[in-house]
Amino acid sequence: MTEVTDRRQLAYIAAQASEARINVELEAEGMTLNIGPQHPATHGTLRIVARLDGEQVMDAEPMMGYMHRGYEKLAEVRTYPQVTALVNRIDWLGSFANEVPFILAAEQLMEVEAPPRAQWIRTILFEMARIANLTLFLGDMGVQLGAVTPVFYAFRDREHVLNQIEAATGGRFHPNFDRIGGVKDDLPAGWIQQTRQSLDKIRSFCDQMEDLLLGNAIFEQRTRGVGVIPADVAQAYGLSGANIRASGVDWDLRRDNPTETGLVYDQVDWKVWTHPDGDSFARYWVRLQEVRESCSIVDQLLGSIPKGPIMAKVPRIIKVPAGEAYVATENPLGIMGYYVVSKGGLEPFRVKIRSASFSNMSITPWLLKGTYVPDVITILASLYFILGDIDR
Amino acid sequence: MPSPDPENTEVEVDEPRQGLLDSITQHLGDAVVASHLAPGRELWVRVETSAWPEAASVLQRRLGYRFFDWLSAIDWMESPYGRSMDAEVDKELGLVETEASEAETVAPTGADGYAGGESRMQVLARVHSIDAQLGVTLKADVPDMSIGTWTNTFPGAEWHEREACEMFGINFEGHPGLRPLYLPSDFQGNPMRKDYPLLARIIKPWPGIVDVEPMPEASDQGASTTNPEAAS
Repeated sequence: MTEVTDRRQLAYIAAQASEARINVELEAEGMTLNIGPQHPATHGTLRIVARLDGEQVMDAEPMMGYMHRGYEKLAEVRTYPQVTALVNRIDWLGSFANEVPFILAAEQLMEVEAPPRAQWIRTILFEMARIANLTLFLGDMGVQLGAVTPVFYAFRDREHVLNQIEAATGGRFHPNFDRIGGVKDDLPAGWIQQTRQSLDKIRSFCDQMEDLLLGNAIFEQRTRGVGVIPADVAQAYGLSGANIRASGVDWDLRRDNPTETGLVYDQVDWKVWTHPDGDSFARYWVRLQEVRESCSIVDQLLGSIPKGPIMAKVPRIIKVPAGEAYVATENPLGIMGYYVVSKGGLEPFRVKIRSASFSNMSITPWLLKGTYVPDVITILASLYFILGDIDR
Repeated sequence: MPSPDPENTEVEVDEPRQGLLDSITQHLGDAVVASHLAPGRELWVRVETSAWPEAASVLQRRLGYRFFDWLSAIDWMESPYGRSMDAEVDKELGLVETEASEAETVAPTGADGYAGGESRMQVLARVHSIDAQLGVTLKADVPDMSIGTWTNTFPGAEWHEREACEMFGINFEGHPGLRPLYLPSDFQGNPMRKDYPLLARIIKPWPGIVDVEPMPEASDQGASTTNPEAAS
């Protein structure tokens, strides 16, 4: 017994010492400001240790891992259909979108293709996950700047979309609805009509946000020219999604990934929005347009759902042939990809999860250097990360 | 992607990816050890361990692959703890084939994925060209648990290498600070290695495949029928 206690004590002392080391290193000059791990601006448990010179940030170092759940390891002891229940919780605001690339990777290895109706339902739910996710961002960005009203509107109107996701899948946040070879269920009766109504609510929400925030002098002053990311730096750090499109890079996997046949973006008329500025304002603006574009995509798809089965022929117990596949999709937060290695068993041999927020946040030490403390909050908010998507 | 046979012959020659492979081979010469091309899907290139950093800079500066996607590693060893999936109830029901135990005894030490490999550990990374709309997965063996860093070419590789270092124990030479990214600073071991046990599974084994929800409408013969509502 004493041995264990001693070891525990030693481990505790070592942990304290290493914490102290970090703090001493950062306190060499200037002041150290600890933002988080519990802070409203961090959307969870992100800790940022910033070394300040007056109001200016000299160094900022994000410390992650408070929510690391080890999904890559856990996926190795689960069957393919079980993995979707795990990956739902990576980006919890757009859960359905997390399942899709993994299922597509498994389908690629199995050489199974979902029937058209399933592809339509998948794409509709994928876009609704995007709307649910980005709607919250559009409101939350206001809160970080001191405007509290938008976030209440966001929570109110997101509920309409979540209700529709719940009606179709049974889960508000964690649908666990995508299956290898199709989707779990067909859409319920009357769903299409109700979804159209919920999209109208989102459209008017977008107009409201534009009225409330985009023309606002304070909002513009706090976001214009703040946190500028040049296109080449964004690429070297692997930024994706609206963050890279706001830096003027016209790249969207929904349009540009021709090998990805599990989704039907080529069937609708839509546009990829970019902004040349690369600042916080541009990131907000691009996401606002993307929500509108998603509404239009869903609207068009709702009118053209083909009839037919929702599942391809797949065996009851799924064995995936040996091989390697990487499938990435344009998720609400950016590119999410799964590198799946199979050795022909019931469970994947290795799953590498490429999550968007991880790469999007890796630029923060570079980006926050030289900014001012109040801007740290707005820059972090405009990069828009979900903690589960960083820590996985 | 899955495609019927007649289509397969059509995309058998993947011009852009073949061209990319040729130019990589041209720039790196003998450092390209092996490659695998899945037409219309992906290109895998395995390079010499010593040429790993050079491969990144060639792809970025010469070939325009400026988007750094991700970097990680694979432990190719078979897990000594078995598959952690088989429950006694499944064996009784015949849901699990008993050949699984034979497969474990084979236990290959080298990599047997695409583009092959000799060592137990491999690093792999993916870069993308937005202009060419192409990506390539690079691999390299890590026989001595140490390999050059990519951070000089892609600063975004810093966090990815820190994660690979703590999870697999691979040292990235020249990395500006290989501190643990996720794990506590006093954590012992490298969790993503196959010989690192997933204690939760060992303490409380999985109840079995019978626990899994059956596929929708697949309970009869494993084939799905047309949904009545969809047909109406």
